[in-house]
Amino acid sequence: MSGGERQPRFLIKGASILGKEPADLLLSDGVIAEVGKSVSAAGAEEVDAFGLIALPGLVDLHTHLREPGREDAETVASGSAAAAVGGYTAVHAMANTEPVADTAGVVEQVWHLGRRTGLCDVYPVGAVTVGLAGQELAELGAMAESAAQVTVFSDDGHCVSDAVLMRRALEYVKAFDGVVAQHAQEPRLTEGAQMNEGPVSGVLGLGGWPAVAEESIIARDVLLAGHVGSRLHVCHVSTAGSVEILRWAKGKGIAVSAEVTPHHLLLTDEMVRTYDPRYKVNPPLRTQEDVDALRQGLADGVIDAIATDHAPHSLEDKDCEWEAAAMGMVGLETALAAAACAMIESELLDWAGLADRMSVRPAQIGRLTDQGRPLDAGEPANLVLIDPRARYVVDPTEFASRSRNSSFVGTEFRARPVATFLRGSLTAQDGKVC
Amino acid sequence: MTRHLLSAGDLSPDDATLILDTADELARISDRPVKKLPTLRGRTVVNLFFEDSTRTRISFEAAAKRLSADVINFSAKGSSVSKGESLKDTALTLEAMGADAVVIRHSASGAPHTLAHSGWIGGSVVNAGDGTHEHPTQALLDAFTMRRHLTSLDGRSVVVVGDVLHSRVARSNVLLLRTLGAKVTLVAPPTLLPVGVEQWPCEYSYDFDSVLRGADAVMMLRVQRERMNAAFFPSVREYSRRYGLDAERMRRLPEHAIVMHPGPMNRGLEITAEVADSPRAVIVEQVKNGVSVRMAVLYLLLSGSDSALTGQLVPEEVAL
Repeated sequence: MSGGERQPRFLIKGASILGKEPADLLLSDGVIAEVGKSVSAAGAEEVDAFGLIALPGLVDLHTHLREPGREDAETVASGSAAAAVGGYTAVHAMANTEPVADTAGVVEQVWHLGRRTGLCDVYPVGAVTVGLAGQELAELGAMAESAAQVTVFSDDGHCVSDAVLMRRALEYVKAFDGVVAQHAQEPRLTEGAQMNEGPVSGVLGLGGWPAVAEESIIARDVLLAGHVGSRLHVCHVSTAGSVEILRWAKGKGIAVSAEVTPHHLLLTDEMVRTYDPRYKVNPPLRTQEDVDALRQGLADGVIDAIATDHAPHSLEDKDCEWEAAAMGMVGLETALAAAACAMIESELLDWAGLADRMSVRPAQIGRLTDQGRPLDAGEPANLVLIDPRARYVVDPTEFASRSRNSSFVGTEFRARPVATFLRGSLTAQDGKVC
Repeated sequence: MTRHLLSAGDLSPDDATLILDTADELARISDRPVKKLPTLRGRTVVNLFFEDSTRTRISFEAAAKRLSADVINFSAKGSSVSKGESLKDTALTLEAMGADAVVIRHSASGAPHTLAHSGWIGGSVVNAGDGTHEHPTQALLDAFTMRRHLTSLDGRSVVVVGDVLHSRVARSNVLLLRTLGAKVTLVAPPTLLPVGVEQWPCEYSYDFDSVLRGADAVMMLRVQRERMNAAFFPSVREYSRRYGLDAERMRRLPEHAIVMHPGPMNRGLEITAEVADSPRAVIVEQVKNGVSVRMAVLYLLLSGSDSALTGQLVPEEVAL
């Protein structure tokens, strides 16, 4: 972060705020100093934003930065760069590092690395259980009270499958307004799972990951959250049935939120017929029926947020046969484009709606007070400028991320983040960090 | 048809018939005192076996040798999934050695597909069984065997019984038999049929007895005893009673119906010794036919100028 050093003031000219009327924004001292029709400011660096859309800086609830432990795949610095290029001003770094982020020491390390990089705000997620092992609670309070001020707790990659442990975690984090983000995957039903269980897995002879393994855990967890009056967040919802359960739970007034990834909004298990490990991800790509239901759920607000589940993997973990390949795909640098493709081009959401799902609500779920704010005078100057008509083909060799395992290689997208500002500083421009 | 044989579903009716007809011609070689043709002299066939399968490997080895190819057996036991040399490095090694064809057996479904499409090697890839996906040469030798006994496969009824869920043999057979015009009925307890089987180009039943009467061929699949521990069925005895082929069930088959098994058999589990050793069982013949069919596949993949499955047998070589 820029700290005490003097930062240039920016005068953004003619940006269409939330896709609506064009206006000028003056960024000064880390905040939006002025918004209006024709703002002028002597000495400010002008940014021509005519034809561009301004949204609040994107907030990711689900990012794997891999540091400490797998710096060959990603670091806090390279992941922050990817985030800035992708239009993000805040990311939540998942806990499945080596060592696991299950102590105040590890979350503070990640938090400090994020501060030092200064390209986006890095909020460490704390593990729910020691070592992600699902046996005993990690010191959640210590992580909450640490310098990292953890509010989101998750064993992501593993499900907190023990019902009693999940109940206790949900209850315990109430003391500091935390939230448990569940990776909903019934472990016994997914032993040896390689892809969505359905007609395609039957033909390909790959172990199935049935929708019920996700839905049964979500059903249990919303009932638990309702029972103990706690806040629950569901990671990477992937099935139509999950959307229905969430719809029911929200209708009952249960405090549940949910996220969906860009890849689950665009791709189906038909891609697995290529046996190309780029499409191997957990939860797996599902069917078109699921994709349609997820899009509708997101449009309706049943699903609150788009989260990337940015999962960098080294080349050797993907350049192999399907069963040997690691699960996951990078997403920070394509999330906005993919989300716009799925939701805006289909007219299910407008830009204001997309800002709500990619910035406002994720910030609220993570209890971030200076992210996901309106682009009004006096608000923090966290914003992204988007060219909605760029037309370009995804080329992973241009990624700021250390990893290249994108499922959108060669895909033509339209929307492209062209400039990202974090508290008034330009962090990325035209695909490069500043 | 590409230059690889990865899935039985890749074969058109013409491709499949050409392979079977070619195998018919080549089968005569096996009856000669000198069982050898010079066709693939100077070509290198690598048997790349990541999974133990002596039967399939020696069948391919015999096929390649009878066509005078140089054969390299590369046994990468365990699997590349465990730590060690990756499939990629193995493939690059074989490419450097100048393999014209790689016959691959792998525990991972899709590994032959990856090998063929990764750009790691330039030669032809023959799938000799991948995970629970496919085993196309087994389906070809099964079709070859059935054709010999039933004249034609068109309109014939083939019943495949057993652990379809984990069977690459069943998947390849369903695809190939459909291509050749036969009607396939899968029989298994519901736990051992894959999700989505109702979309496969075949019928299925949970009741073995109900399909015996109309069968022209019955193919029994190997059932691993450890499936019982994963609750796919309650006990070996119950499985045998409901889905095993014994003499009593065999008597209810039409007189011309043949009994098949891809081997290795669990005598007393999916098939009784009495049935396995009966004159209606063509199980040993299947093994013999395996060599002819694999000769045909290697011949057609490697001898054509474009290495495609379109070549014709040179008359002086096989018109004996």
